Amino acid sequence: MSQDIALQVNNLRVSYKTGDQDVKAVDDVSFKLYAGERLGIVGESGSGKTTLALALMRLHKPPAYIMGGEAILDGSDILALEREEIRQTRWSKLSLIPQGSMNSLNPVIKIKYQMADAIEAHERGWSRSESMKHIAHLLGRVGLPESVAEMYPHELSGGMKQRVCIALAIILEPSVIIADEPTSALDVVVQRVVMQTLNDVQAQLNAAMIIIGHDMGLMAQSADRLAVMYAGKMVEVSPISSFFKDPQHPYSKLLISSLPSPEEKRELAGIPGSQPSLLDLPSGCAFHPRCPVAVDHCKQVIPELRDISGDRRAACHLVEEQAS
Amino acid sequence: MKQAYFIRRLIMFFVVVVLAATLNFIIPRLAPGDPIGAVLEELRARGASTGGDAEDEIVAAYRARFGLDQPIYIQYFRFLFNTLRFDLGHSISYYPQKVEAALLRSLPWTVGLLAISTVMSFAAGSFFGAMMAWPRAPGFMRRFVPMFMVLSAVPYYLLGLILVYIFAFVMRLLPLGGAYSSGTVPEMDLDFLLDVVKHGVLPALSIVLTSVGFWALGMRGVMVTVLGEDYLTLAEAKGLPDRRIFFAYAMRNALLPQVTSLAIALGTVASGSVLVEVVFNYPGIGWLLYNALRSSDYYMVQGVTFFLVLTVAVSVLIVDMIYPLLDPRIER
Repeated sequence: MSQDIALQVNNLRVSYKTGDQDVKAVDDVSFKLYAGERLGIVGESGSGKTTLALALMRLHKPPAYIMGGEAILDGSDILALEREEIRQTRWSKLSLIPQGSMNSLNPVIKIKYQMADAIEAHERGWSRSESMKHIAHLLGRVGLPESVAEMYPHELSGGMKQRVCIALAIILEPSVIIADEPTSALDVVVQRVVMQTLNDVQAQLNAAMIIIGHDMGLMAQSADRLAVMYAGKMVEVSPISSFFKDPQHPYSKLLISSLPSPEEKRELAGIPGSQPSLLDLPSGCAFHPRCPVAVDHCKQVIPELRDISGDRRAACHLVEEQAS
Repeated sequence: MKQAYFIRRLIMFFVVVVLAATLNFIIPRLAPGDPIGAVLEELRARGASTGGDAEDEIVAAYRARFGLDQPIYIQYFRFLFNTLRFDLGHSISYYPQKVEAALLRSLPWTVGLLAISTVMSFAAGSFFGAMMAWPRAPGFMRRFVPMFMVLSAVPYYLLGLILVYIFAFVMRLLPLGGAYSSGTVPEMDLDFLLDVVKHGVLPALSIVLTSVGFWALGMRGVMVTVLGEDYLTLAEAKGLPDRRIFFAYAMRNALLPQVTSLAIALGTVASGSVLVEVVFNYPGIGWLLYNALRSSDYYMVQGVTFFLVLTVAVSVLIVDMIYPLLDPRIER
């Protein structure tokens, strides 16, 4: 893995305007995404994963709005681009594999035209037949027969539609791919195959990929690094192997212990309580009411996400800094 | 698969037409009395003298003349056969004029006026409706919503009367009614065409203004739903230009349910036009029906009714045929 930075997000804050008080769905999130790496982002529903993904593509819709921060891609801040510039950036540098791929394709347009219009929108100067050849090639690369190009979405199965979305995402060879729960609508067997396809094409392109999800097993198989989100904040960022071996944040520890393991038969532990409402966050560390090791200090001071060793970061007062 | 679909639609069409013809046969016969008696009654009321025996003979002659002495099933099949041949019988008021001849004479006026204004208000209304829901449309678009709501609540004949009063009666800009100036001979030249257009403006305006709101509000509703679909988010993520997203992804998909409504609206154009044509003295199908009803011209009423059912069936058939081209999911 090279250490070129593909995308650098600094202090991103996204809020939803509600009645009298704004809800911070993404609160001061910073991370680096290296070229060619796969960064998994996990978290409970409502922890801000999808809002983060949409904001990075500037696809967030009112009442959501970006309060601050920057996202540097290819030397320019995505969050500061003009409308036409952001349109040009989308897909050519930053593509999306959407959450509900079942409904992500227009039901009344043939697959090949839905793929071709992405090419035409970015003026690559390809002729029609070149585009079509490229499309056929891409469909083959994600394991679909060429005939799919002539079909409509309703003629495809769920797994096939998701493959079409993958082919579509790499059509302009972007440097960053955001996969928002790419397999949540598929059954386990298809999930695995689709993830493999996705990982293969990503590796061939050497694109960086953000995989959003809550399936820890899937993350263990696919991601290089894992970021854990809780109530709009990142609470831990670690390489995948050290995360599973030795989670740092108490929330990560509870997440890991709630996973079934083949080696030992034990009672699965859940995480007590439930995620706090974003409208009424606990003082200090948002996790403290559910945290088994919380001390008084946690109730007062919000912990920063800080380096705890060379490649690991955690946001907890109780995690000791380690010499790496 | 495609062929089976078309054949099924065609069969449905014929079933509808035969059923309509059958109902058309049954309903008048459920009414008390018979047409000959009714005509005699009317003649008597006008003071025509009739004698006892002679009257019976006349009645019997007429019953034979119209086939009413035959058993009911023979009457039925003869009626069905004639109807499907588009032989709708003779008008009673304008005997011996054929009903279908009167229909064909009125048809161009109704189609010209109503079909064109319906299609115009459909096109304009759908576009406005789509713009009203489009978040990046100019802000003033949204201000149209209340105006369209008010307009769609006004009955078109009322608006027609108001328009006639203002533009024809007070300002004398446009003619009061009719399809062309009395005294001119219908022929295909520019003067006549201009005359026809001038006569058509007010009735067309009253229809377009009152129905454009219906289309706009309907379109706006569907458009809002379509804009929330995942494929719109992806279209935007792909970096497509706004124009392409608006037309190819949002408006095209939102139009699908509207097209079905258009078929029904076009089908009911003729029957829905009665009041407009009466208000404006316009010599179309509605005017024909109105006069036939007033003079108890049963065969004419029957003929017009059947024709109205036929227009609905034909326009639904046409839409059924082109719908698979618009929405590939339907083709099963």
